[in-house]
Amino acid sequence: MNAITASPQRNALFNRRKLVNKLALTLSLAAMAFGLFWLAWILWETLRLGVSGLTLATFTQMTPPPNDEGGLLNAIFGSLVIVAVATLIGTPIGILAGIYLAEYNPKGWLASVTRFVNDILLSAPSIVIGLFVFTVVVVPMGGFSGWAGSLALALIVIPVVIRTTENMLKLVPSGLREAAYALGTPKWKVITSVTLRAARAGVITGVLLAVARIAGETAPLLFTALNNQFWTADLSTPMANLPVVIFKFAMSPYENWQHLAWAGVFLITLAVLGLNILARFVTRTKH
Amino acid sequence: MTTSLTANDGGAFTLPGRNDEAIMTTPPPVRKARTGATADWLFAAAARGAAVLTLGLLVAIILSLVVGAWPAIRTFGLDFLFTAVWDPAAEKFGGLVMIYGTLVTSAIALLIAVPVSFGIALFLTELSPAWLKRPLGTAIELLAAIPSIVYGMWGLLVFSPVLSQYVQQPMQRWFGDVPVLGALFSGPPVGLGILSAGIILAIMVIPFIASVMRDVFEVTPPMLKESAYGLGSTTWEVVYKVVLPYTKAGVIGGIMLGLGRALGETMAVTFVIGNMNQLNSISLFEAANSITSALANEFAEAGPGLHQASLIYLGLVLFFITFVVLALSKLLLARLEKREGAKT
Repeated sequence: MNAITASPQRNALFNRRKLVNKLALTLSLAAMAFGLFWLAWILWETLRLGVSGLTLATFTQMTPPPNDEGGLLNAIFGSLVIVAVATLIGTPIGILAGIYLAEYNPKGWLASVTRFVNDILLSAPSIVIGLFVFTVVVVPMGGFSGWAGSLALALIVIPVVIRTTENMLKLVPSGLREAAYALGTPKWKVITSVTLRAARAGVITGVLLAVARIAGETAPLLFTALNNQFWTADLSTPMANLPVVIFKFAMSPYENWQHLAWAGVFLITLAVLGLNILARFVTRTKH
Repeated sequence: MTTSLTANDGGAFTLPGRNDEAIMTTPPPVRKARTGATADWLFAAAARGAAVLTLGLLVAIILSLVVGAWPAIRTFGLDFLFTAVWDPAAEKFGGLVMIYGTLVTSAIALLIAVPVSFGIALFLTELSPAWLKRPLGTAIELLAAIPSIVYGMWGLLVFSPVLSQYVQQPMQRWFGDVPVLGALFSGPPVGLGILSAGIILAIMVIPFIASVMRDVFEVTPPMLKESAYGLGSTTWEVVYKVVLPYTKAGVIGGIMLGLGRALGETMAVTFVIGNMNQLNSISLFEAANSITSALANEFAEAGPGLHQASLIYLGLVLFFITFVVLALSKLLLARLEKREGAKT
């Protein structure tokens, strides 16, 4: 740098470049801080207001009418059931389709088109999924139901699981496959007991991420599972679930409902972030 | 092939003097190979079926939306997109207010999110010390994991009062008399409306755009960057003149991905947009409505008939827009991947 026996213009140019660089890097630092600031603010408020809204009654009592004591028990239970059923429906289909994309004819037209469609579905507006399930399930069945809600969430699980399963299976070295084939193993056995087993951690991560994704999904449940003020374990009736209850309670002017909504938001955030961190942990121990 | 071979073997091994049980010990491979073939076929069919099902899902979604929206499509045609009337009592429907709300909130979101995401990606790839990269990247990704209902509730009860008091009111005080800005900042400064929806959408899409940008920045061959550094470029010049042109397609793809998210986001927008079917001014503070918030608020209560069909029509419009945006994003990202493959 000192070697430049430079004219004043040259020095000026150099200083200007340095200044621009410094400015850009400072702005980049500011952008990073900006991003983290929102994360910190949202988490902090959720924690502060959520914990203060949390009582023992939250876990033992049903959702109350306005200005009355109550909890979120039926909503928590409903959410758990709907999410569990959705995961049970979506995971096998997602894993099978992921296997098809990675192991059977990955370059064929069916695989290419499916991959493309899957990427669209992955980011498709979830409320449209709700509309779809409404027209094909709720209307023919004659009413809102827990099944419809589970199905809507399952449709969100599928693309997430397909994507991760395919990516993880692709990472399995082909030497493993070839060794198994050389022993005369049939293809389905190679897939189930060699490649899928080798990619186990990644596939589990995908499922965990999918569960985290649907745990907080509200839009597709609004007109599929709807809501229910009472306890029900019957999936063929409208079912209470945390996100819709939070939506209803948070938009209301009643103070006790808003407190419960904060408690619900806290529980959901805890569950979703917990699942995300768990998912990262599962893959990290692998590599 | 295997089956016929082992079947012959089975025949050849029926030696005289052997009892039946001894013979029974040889055939099992035959049956195993056969069941293996059947299982193989079944498994392949199941995998193929699952792939076809996924494919069919998209077709089914489009079909069901078209069928559901048909009464409204037949009644209003394409005028639906340019009419701003929404009157369930008179059965007159037009989606302009909602479409405008969706497009403008997403535009505001991108306006804020793109530069910030670029800064974050720049920080994560070039500036951050190695030990901080991972935790910071994870933190930004966690921002994407927070459910939208949390953003919505936080936006309504925490953020909008702050926005109203510390941003909207000062803006009106300072710029209220400036011609265009004054119009943009007119309206009730209550913290709900297009601007707050746009800001919250921006926070929500920053992680998506930033992580795509970071990923594509990282595929830039180090040789290119090091050559530029070797010529005496500053970090900014390397990023702006080498990395960015190289990854242009991927960066735009990432922005499109974020746009797709912003267009389809429901809960966060529904909480803060104010849900008013009006389009009287270009004000950013005015309460408005978006496609998703109209669906979330009205659909469950809408009776079957033209009202419901019009809402599904809105859903169809939304799906069409996001489909185009996401397809473009996918194509752009694929183009970058292809080039990357050719270079290495």
